[in-house]
Amino acid sequence: MGDGATRRGFLVRGFAGIATLALAGCDSISQQPWLDPLLRSAEALTKRVQRLFAGDHALAQEFTKADIAPMFRANGTLDPGTQEYREHAQKNFADWRITVGGLVEHPLSLSMDQLRKLPARTQITRHDCVEGWSCIGEWTGAQMAHILALAQPKEQARYVVFYCADPMSDSDGDGINDSDFYYESLDMVEATHPQTLLAYGLNGQDLDIAHGAPVRVRAERQLGYKQPKYVKDIVLVDSLEKIGGGKGGYWEDQGYNWWGGI
Amino acid sequence: MTIASEPANDHASRGAWAWIANFLKYGANSDPDDPKTWFFRHPLFVRITHWTNVIVLTVMLMSGLQIFNAHSALYWGNQSDFDHPLLSMTAQQNDDGSLKGVTQIGHWQFDTTGWLGASQVNGQWAVRGFPAWATIPGPQWLALGRLWHFFFAWLFVANGVIFASLAIYSGHFRRDLKPKASDITGLPTEIAHHAKLQFPKGEAAKSYNGIQRLTYFTVIFIIAPLIVLTGLTMSPTLDAAFPVLPWIFGGRQSARTIHFLCAFSFLLFFIVHIVMVVLSGTWNNIRSMITGNYEIEQTGGRHG
Repeated sequence: MGDGATRRGFLVRGFAGIATLALAGCDSISQQPWLDPLLRSAEALTKRVQRLFAGDHALAQEFTKADIAPMFRANGTLDPGTQEYREHAQKNFADWRITVGGLVEHPLSLSMDQLRKLPARTQITRHDCVEGWSCIGEWTGAQMAHILALAQPKEQARYVVFYCADPMSDSDGDGINDSDFYYESLDMVEATHPQTLLAYGLNGQDLDIAHGAPVRVRAERQLGYKQPKYVKDIVLVDSLEKIGGGKGGYWEDQGYNWWGGI
Repeated sequence: MTIASEPANDHASRGAWAWIANFLKYGANSDPDDPKTWFFRHPLFVRITHWTNVIVLTVMLMSGLQIFNAHSALYWGNQSDFDHPLLSMTAQQNDDGSLKGVTQIGHWQFDTTGWLGASQVNGQWAVRGFPAWATIPGPQWLALGRLWHFFFAWLFVANGVIFASLAIYSGHFRRDLKPKASDITGLPTEIAHHAKLQFPKGEAAKSYNGIQRLTYFTVIFIIAPLIVLTGLTMSPTLDAAFPVLPWIFGGRQSARTIHFLCAFSFLLFFIVHIVMVVLSGTWNNIRSMITGNYEIEQTGGRHG
């Protein structure tokens, strides 16, 4: 009798031990320095294959007005909250300027009025958040391709970096974010895609603060974090290495993939 | 107390251990006295792709649950109707400040505290869909979950393509996996045999039975391609490349829901598969998936 109980005890302890080892194994594997680069090695392949099929110009699906979500969810920063941004908001962004610089022949500084006079596009598209949800909205804005054509990118320009007005960190601990401003990047293919816009309108109205006023990026073949809000400065570069944490965007520096097509 | 003082008990326990040993080796309807012959059951490519799939699918399921936890709700259609999810896992705060996990399916609500909606991570209560022990990585970390998922997704597809190609080329598909009309007509009899734990012996044990053919065919050639296609449909770039993808599945959010259902079909298959492996001879089955060799009881004659 005692024999059986001991065996049972051994089995129970054995299984508990194996379970603990397996769990500890998962945790310790997750901390191995070789793991991250190994897992990340799939990203280049994924990007290459997706681009192979999507090409440079395949358009994201466009929907009808009937499909527009009654409440388009706002995510990430809902209000940049800085003194500077508030003053712009009070003046209805009349003095907001978007600069285009870096590796371009003709640096630009555009007022909102000038931006609105550029060739515009209105598109009803599906916004896909990296978290998993989707919302359909009608976006109006200037085509990025046209803005870049005005600035004339130099030959060595490979990426378009967007610097934004929303701070992501709170440096002095007062509960208000004041540093670590959001930034993102697209490559030239995605930036010059016909549906890539500097958007200033959502569902027929001026873009509101929660959705990125006065102007945000729409890159319809990419996830939401690749479409920064509160855009101020646009810089063309040949490498992402020396910008921010070197990964090409705020969330990329936190571990997210640069390729946001999946 | 000494063993010698209870000889009868000891004898009975020895008989029980012998039965358990035989059960673990040959299963529930094995006769230890039956002569057995060796049968080469699984070719090398089946064995390699099988065990690769065990690892790959485990990682895919657990990293998938991590990704699901970033927005623990499912919808139907192109977009998310946040007020009317098909399924959601949320947390409510109790009066004493503790968390209550609530899982909602359609109009039905269930208290799933500790399992779904709210569970403990390293001793701390957290708002999360699936619990930490079911996700890779354990804590909420969407970026790393995505890295695991999208790396192993390539391995899943590669492994699946290798298996399917070799299965068709070698005749394994035509011979063993392709369902026959008689598999469907014979289903009630087959289910009865399984329920009575009467597994095939002799000649009949050399090929899959009807339930096996139907199940393996469904899992490998229907659910696996479906989970890949619905996964691809969640990519906005691939939706631009292949607008037919969201069209087939009724929208990106529908595809996400079908993806989730496929994942749980895999899990259900996995559980039933393990139970059947145990009931029909744990050691004999596992050994045959490692060495290829399977022992068949000659007579028996209860079935097949």
